[in-house]
Amino acid sequence: MAEPILSRNFGKKDSHTLQVYVEGGGYEAMKKALKEMKPEQIIQEVDKSGLKGRGGAGFPVGKKWSFIPKESPKPKYLVINADEGEPGTFKDRQIMEQDPHAVVEGAIITCFAVGIHWAGIYVRGEYVKSIERLEGAIEEAYAKGYLGKNILETGFDLDIVVHRGAGAYICGEETALLESFEGKKGQPRKKPPFPAIVGLFQGPTVINNIESTASIPHIIKNGGEWWNNLGAPGIGGGVRLFSVSGHVKKPGVYELPMGIPLREIIYTHAGGIRGDKKLKAVIPGGSSAPVLKPEEIDVPMEFVSLAKIGSMAGSGAVIVMDEDTNLVQVLRVLLNFYAHESCGKCTPCREGTGWMAKIIERIEKGEGQSEDLDTIVSIANGIRTRTLCPLGDAAIGPAISFVTKFRQEFEDYIKRH
Amino acid sequence: MAVEFSEKTKEKFKVVLGKYPEKDAALLPALWLAQKEFSVITPEVEEYVSKLLGVPLVRVREVLTFYTMYTAKSLGKYHLQLCTNIACTLLGAEDILGRIKNKLQIDVGETTPDKKFTLSTVECLGYCGTAPVIQVNDDFYENLTPKKVDELLGKLK
Repeated sequence: MAEPILSRNFGKKDSHTLQVYVEGGGYEAMKKALKEMKPEQIIQEVDKSGLKGRGGAGFPVGKKWSFIPKESPKPKYLVINADEGEPGTFKDRQIMEQDPHAVVEGAIITCFAVGIHWAGIYVRGEYVKSIERLEGAIEEAYAKGYLGKNILETGFDLDIVVHRGAGAYICGEETALLESFEGKKGQPRKKPPFPAIVGLFQGPTVINNIESTASIPHIIKNGGEWWNNLGAPGIGGGVRLFSVSGHVKKPGVYELPMGIPLREIIYTHAGGIRGDKKLKAVIPGGSSAPVLKPEEIDVPMEFVSLAKIGSMAGSGAVIVMDEDTNLVQVLRVLLNFYAHESCGKCTPCREGTGWMAKIIERIEKGEGQSEDLDTIVSIANGIRTRTLCPLGDAAIGPAISFVTKFRQEFEDYIKRH
Repeated sequence: MAVEFSEKTKEKFKVVLGKYPEKDAALLPALWLAQKEFSVITPEVEEYVSKLLGVPLVRVREVLTFYTMYTAKSLGKYHLQLCTNIACTLLGAEDILGRIKNKLQIDVGETTPDKKFTLSTVECLGYCGTAPVIQVNDDFYENLTPKKVDELLGKLK
């Protein structure tokens, strides 16, 4: 198996400390970037790497950086999104707890490349240990002169702040996150203007995910082309951390090439299905990604291939369900989740998610009818594209896919109960 | 009596305030400090935070009620927060919920009469690889089974 890159420090003793990080070659990329490279060169390397945002949307990171205006009357900001809340996803937590300096180093390089002097890391409120580890790493970096004024005598200044969320899935959406950062309730903003132009405190803002940020030092150290070649042949884009959960023998976080077939993740890396049962269904990219049937698992795990078959690569969270799974229960859990987390700003999402949740609860209780399934699909289609942020579309992913792909199972359940 | 931060918390608040380019951004951190100091964010605390930061009271109330982790009512000594989202449910979280309810004789959202336990169900906590998981105050207990839950409840004194 290939040498681990993003997860190379996972499981090492004291991996969160500066000393262990530096022993493994940490902060060399920062030195290279600040002392030997021009900001444009850094952006070019990231462009060449084919790195796409690991939070879920999959937007090319280099391109995102290049949207930030060079000259701006308002200060520019970097916001790192660590509001990891997509059900099934637990890889950013591993990075923050076990390799927080990778985030700090990635942030320094990002800010130097884009001309930013203030960065904030927005961490979900429940991740207490992640917050402690990041704050510890930041403190060590200040003491070492890697943060603060005149970093490495280059004249470059940077401050980093850790901001604790307080429990709201919606804050993973980038504009809701900005609102939350500014001390408001986390409700999404209308776009345009996009955050690259009007973001945090009205300044141009880069918003990157934790894993994306932790990938940057490797790209700078070894080159964009090297990173791109780590992806599957013909696909590229490097490696990513897949969170695998549900009915597999070995759940966990796996660092694998972009574009690896889903079958390999489930059967080779995660050890197959518990009790050697049959696979019934699998969600390939976090709970918002439409579900796949067993005949679809040869799909390459990357953004384009999954979109082609009507699902999405999302946050890289693979949730596996065996043949005994009650899909009515699963869909009830998911639809209740979206109804609970809808922020209430857009009517179609607020009303639609609640309505769908009520219907599936009714079905589970044995009070459903076959036509209810059509109503779920019709409500979902009424939400589609009619909301400011992607939460509405995220909710309809599971709604439509479960009900249509497993229609017979839902029908049978209704008949039996 | 009017509420007020202790000197130590006031110092912490000053440090927090100094970190942000705009002071309104310190509202979430200020509420965290308040919750730590007073346990419950009462209307008096809301007023105090509003004055401290110079943000309208309505904004404080809005933020307080939007997020699930701030609490306006008192909780038991141990806040049991069981994840019932997809990965945990696939591995038996709902059975575990039933077990806890039965054992403590309370429903979700309730506190035991001795004020020892408050039971909540929460959304995905990011421990799906070691599901099912329960968060007790700031600690996480993973790979739960009914037996482990019994042991855990017995251990929390």
